[in-house]
Amino acid sequence: MIRSLILQTSVKLLTPLMVLFSIFLLLRGHDESGGGFIGGLVAAGAFALYAAAYGSALSRKTLRVSPLELMSVGVGLALLSGLLPLLFGEPILTGLWAYFTLGGEDMKVGSVLLFDIGVYLLVVGMVLTVIYELDLFGLGLFPREEGGQVPEEYQDVLR
Amino acid sequence: MGILAVVFAGFILAAFTPWITRSLGRLSGWMYALVPTGIVAYLATYTAAVQDGGAVSASFDWVAVEAFTVSLSFYLDGLSLFFALLISGVGALIYIYAGAYLEGHHHLGRFFSYLSMFMASMIGMVLADNLLTFYIFFEGTSFASFMLIGFNHYSSESRRSAWQALLVTKAGGLALLVGFVLMYMVTGTYQISEIIQQGALIQQSEFYVAIVILVLAGAFTKSAQFPFYFWLPNAMKAPTPVSAYLHSATMVKAGIYVMARLHPALSGTDFWVIVVTSFGALTMLLSAWLALQYTDMKGVLAYTTVMALGLLTMLLGIGSEIALKACMLFVLVHALYKATLFMITGAVDHGIHVRDITKLSGLRHKMPITAAAAGLAALSMAGIPPFFGFIGKEVVYEAALNGGVAETAIAGISVLANIALVAGAGLLALKPFWGSPSEAAEHAHQASAGLWFGPVVLAAFCVLLGLFPGWFGDPFLGPAVGAVMGEPTSLYLVLWHGFTIELLLSAITVASGVALYFATPAMRNHAIGRGFERAFGSGLDRGYDRVIDGILGLAKWQTRLLQNGVLRYYMATILGFTVLLVGGTFLRHELGGFAIDFSDLQIYDAAIALLIVSGAISIIFLRSRLAAVVSLGISGIGIALVYLTFGAPDLAMTQFLVETLTVILFALVLIELPNLKESVSNGGRIRDALIAVGVGAVITGLMLVALQYPFDSSMANFYAVNTYTEAEGRNIVNTILVDFRAIDTLGEIVVLMIAGFGIYTLLSYQSAGSEGEGNSEGPEGKVDQPRRETLADAPASADQPAAAPASGDANGADIAESVDKPDT
Repeated sequence: MIRSLILQTSVKLLTPLMVLFSIFLLLRGHDESGGGFIGGLVAAGAFALYAAAYGSALSRKTLRVSPLELMSVGVGLALLSGLLPLLFGEPILTGLWAYFTLGGEDMKVGSVLLFDIGVYLLVVGMVLTVIYELDLFGLGLFPREEGGQVPEEYQDVLR
Repeated sequence: MGILAVVFAGFILAAFTPWITRSLGRLSGWMYALVPTGIVAYLATYTAAVQDGGAVSASFDWVAVEAFTVSLSFYLDGLSLFFALLISGVGALIYIYAGAYLEGHHHLGRFFSYLSMFMASMIGMVLADNLLTFYIFFEGTSFASFMLIGFNHYSSESRRSAWQALLVTKAGGLALLVGFVLMYMVTGTYQISEIIQQGALIQQSEFYVAIVILVLAGAFTKSAQFPFYFWLPNAMKAPTPVSAYLHSATMVKAGIYVMARLHPALSGTDFWVIVVTSFGALTMLLSAWLALQYTDMKGVLAYTTVMALGLLTMLLGIGSEIALKACMLFVLVHALYKATLFMITGAVDHGIHVRDITKLSGLRHKMPITAAAAGLAALSMAGIPPFFGFIGKEVVYEAALNGGVAETAIAGISVLANIALVAGAGLLALKPFWGSPSEAAEHAHQASAGLWFGPVVLAAFCVLLGLFPGWFGDPFLGPAVGAVMGEPTSLYLVLWHGFTIELLLSAITVASGVALYFATPAMRNHAIGRGFERAFGSGLDRGYDRVIDGILGLAKWQTRLLQNGVLRYYMATILGFTVLLVGGTFLRHELGGFAIDFSDLQIYDAAIALLIVSGAISIIFLRSRLAAVVSLGISGIGIALVYLTFGAPDLAMTQFLVETLTVILFALVLIELPNLKESVSNGGRIRDALIAVGVGAVITGLMLVALQYPFDSSMANFYAVNTYTEAEGRNIVNTILVDFRAIDTLGEIVVLMIAGFGIYTLLSYQSAGSEGEGNSEGPEGKVDQPRRETLADAPASADQPAAAPASGDANGADIAESVDKPDT
């Protein structure tokens, strides 16, 4: 695949914006359109785009954590939010809510947010696992360094 | 809450041991032992509460949907208290022992994690008051023991043994679950404490025989009864602390516990008595004599354990008061001496890496403390007065003689089995430790404190409880027997019964056992002895292999039939069946007659429809894969637009994102592939066209017919009304996902995670395998190299002492064939 200067330049701006937007979608999800699933897809899209511009090795490096870990942590968080109510004598997966005032605004936060964050992380991890692993599979989907080599300093992120 | 803490302490500990072990180092075993010790101390405070049939219960709902509640409920009566104390008490000593045995092992933290999981599952199981809670913990013990048996996972034999134990006990576990559901259907409750009050109802129901068979299938596989006992000797591949714990005090007793727990509900009928007693007696007799055919100390221990389980099962089958007393008493007797002997075997193995009895003698000079503990435990095992085992054997004989069930036969079988047990005790404690030191024994040295502490404590109990049987008998065993019987009773144990017929049988047993001990080497090498071992020892193991091969063959056959690897056929199968089934239903119910009404068609609806249809149609004619994918994406986007026009922005957004990602992924993959070729014959094209048209027609018809019926909006109204008040959110889709139907979402994301890991594993193996096949021009070949190395060059595990005693002599070969059967 050929490197594109236009794509690379715009991706530098787009990826952080998309990640921010995905978090925005995640947080507003309970009341407005959005949620963990959609947010996760947007975030995964951001890193997929980054991979398309710079190669999956760099995208992986930018993500910092392994997508497999994201999946595990995601399911773990969802499970945790499901088990939390047990401590309060409620059946599992009951939504727990806390109300407080911040800067004059009435706010609330619930255990379902933790659940949604879990969904978000799982979706990101799942999509990126597929994308990164398909690339390693030998299809050469994404651009690479000259001569097809991943730069020395990124070798370690490829396990 | 106290009981919850008791149950979950082990699970919480399991989550942290990998980290704690690193910082505690060699002290970790001693530190972890504080947890089960604390549990023992806490549970002991309930001793008074369970006297005279008393019980304590605690309940927490963990699934509460209307009309279906699964309670995390616990019930502490004499039986569960006795087992819980045994599990946590022996557990504490095992932690100490394991810390010393596996000292310096690079996965020690992981080991403690599995061990804690196992202990917690066992405690949860014996305390459970709800059949489903019970089942979950029951399966938890299977899982944890799978991890423990396969702890040396670099060894293919360990992996095979772990699989075998898991498959056998899980198969039984599933039967048990069905039995539980049937019991629920009969009694209308899952609460064990209520079910055992309704024995008459269950025994009169039409499901009684099915319930007994299913429950016994679970109990017999778990507690290694004939013909399932082959997994237990193979499970000796586990590190010795595991064998000592799982196969003395705990896991194999789980099946005994099931039978004892449900005894008030299921026992008493002829069917129960005949089946349970005869299987128990057969198992006892076969395994006691099989034990003498082995020269691996763990092999002998394994089969004598099976013998003990057979005896316990037989006693539960007889079911008279004295038999149940003997049963509970023997549980304790056996746990004490067997855990001791296992730990001693491990200490010997740890020191000189030899477990072959024929190569060991005279160890007492180098390992005096270990030898002393071994001697005490073996005397208890052989039933010599004044040891605890003597009392146990006396009561067992009393039960056999007064059981009211085929008394002469049962007593005869018991004596025959116990004769072999006496000889087995000699093999385990006399042969290795006495006589002149063998070559191997020259290298021995006294084991560290952690390795002898547990055996010494338990051996001391073997003596003390023999001298003062009232200590345990009155407060713990009496209430336990009462719980099994379903009515309070008391148990007064005395060492000396006077000159009774039981004493005579004991004397005969010991005398014959000593004679048999000296005849053992000759019998072991005799053709009859070997034939016996081949038939009932390794033979059953080979039978297991045949069954597994058969199942795998069936699986391969049906996979080849249904999933031949060509995506086109998968699609054809799935869609073709959809057409047949849905279309067939249409015809059968004559669901015809619908009107198509275009009156409220908007111009944008038509435009979207056109978009979807044109996207779909153009795929048929496109030769470029890339163009086909984009065209498919256009259809997808059109569907997203439909969602948008009907006011479902969340669905539309998800659809947009999924479509975009799919098109990108497809495009990235397909760019590597050649253009579509005329690879399909004309006949194939016609078939594909028929399926496509069929699917279109059936689905369209389904939609149109569905629209003929009035729309039931009660669900929609429910969510619209409750979404803010119940779930604190205004986005209905999201409140459904994370609150109203969160358990569905949880299930879905777990499935996604499993799929993700599956994809990862498949692609990792593929890319490791593709190395050097020409398509590794890029870096992937080099990148993947380390993965392959981790698989191939795995370091040998530290805990592999003398897995197979040096072969060459006939006895070694025997073991290699049976106990250390290599992976086939």
